[in-house]
Amino acid sequence: MTIHTITCTVNGESEVVEVPAHWTLLQMLREKLGLTGTKNGCAGGECGACTVMLNGAPVNSCMVLGVECDGATIVTVEGLVKDGQLDPVQAAIVEAGGVQCGFCTPGVLISARSLLDRNPNPTEDEIKEALVGNLCRCTGYVRIIDGIKEAAKLNEPVVIKE
Amino acid sequence: MAREAHPALPEFDYIKPKTLAEASQFLSEHAGESRPLLGGTDIFVRLRDGAWKENKFLVDVKGLDGTDVLTFDEQTGLTVGAAVCMNRLSSFPAVKEHYPLLAEVCDTVAAYQLRNRATVVGNICNASPAGDTVGACLLYGGILNVFNVGGTRQEALNTFFVGPGKSVLKPGDIVTSLQLPIPPKGMIGKYLKLNRNNRGDLAIVGVTAAAYPNQDVPSGVTVRMALASVAPTPLVVSAIEDYFKQEKLTSDTVQTAAQLAMDSCKPIDDVRGTARYRSLMVRNLAKQALTALLEKM
Ligand code: FES
Ligand code: FES
Repeated sequence: MTIHTITCTVNGESEVVEVPAHWTLLQMLREKLGLTGTKNGCAGGECGACTVMLNGAPVNSCMVLGVECDGATIVTVEGLVKDGQLDPVQAAIVEAGGVQCGFCTPGVLISARSLLDRNPNPTEDEIKEALVGNLCRCTGYVRIIDGIKEAAKLNEPVVIKE
Repeated sequence: MAREAHPALPEFDYIKPKTLAEASQFLSEHAGESRPLLGGTDIFVRLRDGAWKENKFLVDVKGLDGTDVLTFDEQTGLTVGAAVCMNRLSSFPAVKEHYPLLAEVCDTVAAYQLRNRATVVGNICNASPAGDTVGACLLYGGILNVFNVGGTRQEALNTFFVGPGKSVLKPGDIVTSLQLPIPPKGMIGKYLKLNRNNRGDLAIVGVTAAAYPNQDVPSGVTVRMALASVAPTPLVVSAIEDYFKQEKLTSDTVQTAAQLAMDSCKPIDDVRGTARYRSLMVRNLAKQALTALLEKM
């Protein structure tokens, strides 16, 4: 097994990681960096539970090699919280009741954040299109979509209520 | 044998060469046990499924000379570097303006986050009969620029595919970019894809159709069609082009042409559909695609 040493920025922190060549970014995040927010639902690019931002764009982290991320900037669901404040999209989806088992949620949040970054006022169809790659077996999507619509109306991060 | 729910990738080493020459040299010295890596969206799935057991190295060719270009030139057309992902391609203004069918087919591939990795050149090089973007590239008259330490060359897409997963590429070949000439004036196109669900799936059947005014044929309009997932390779239906040399595109000729499309395909049964279903769906989708062209004309 060949181990590569790479440097990348994860949720704003610079990391030096020793990663086997055949490990995915998903494995690296979970098993080397302890960032278990990102989930493994299918390991095959289908479910989107592993979605993270790579250099500003959402990708399935199960479909990227860890070593490919040398020099890259990665944001996982853990990185959406800033200074103890939820990202508006997190707060709005919680508020809308868009979380049941929660397994899809980290990926949904990254896809939703990325959608609002590139299109601050999406239509319902655009929201659905952005979620094609995020399977949710619990909610039926309605409340997730409601949450994203609400998030689009919020501009400021939301203070976490204890 | 029980299959793991979340199989990890089998072991291999990752090679990141600095130049095309180095990459090509490595690939030819390790023929049979190495492959070029672009987005990986197909390679990883196949490796996880246990295919390509002999694979020991993935050679990352992203970022090598010419693989990152995306340019449009009024004379020579569009150049799409091998590493250009589908989202970048489909949002490129010149693609939307001059190659709208290409933008349309890219947006039908899987989901947004996958299209940030998936590439059109990768889709072509996999030589899967199901590639969504391949039909449009065929109808646009695509040509691949191929680098090899032994010399560079061009491969026309219409002679590129030789079987499922097989192309004319040899060990050490690296496709650096795809070239699409300026489309004929007034070209319109349509891609219809039958999925098991509404979005995000591989094609059970894919029909790409295009038409453009052409004074060199008696009918005045050239109509072309490419089919996905219904033959060992992506299929251009020459019978359609021949038929519409004489015949005008009308609601009647659409019926006959759809039958020609169905007769030309040789589908197989697989997990996504039976051969018989596929054949019948080719006829339906061909009819719909040609009707869509008729409405756009
Ligand atoms: S775990 Fe990556 S898409 Fe399902
Ligand atoms: S909340 Fe359970 S899968 Fe989405």
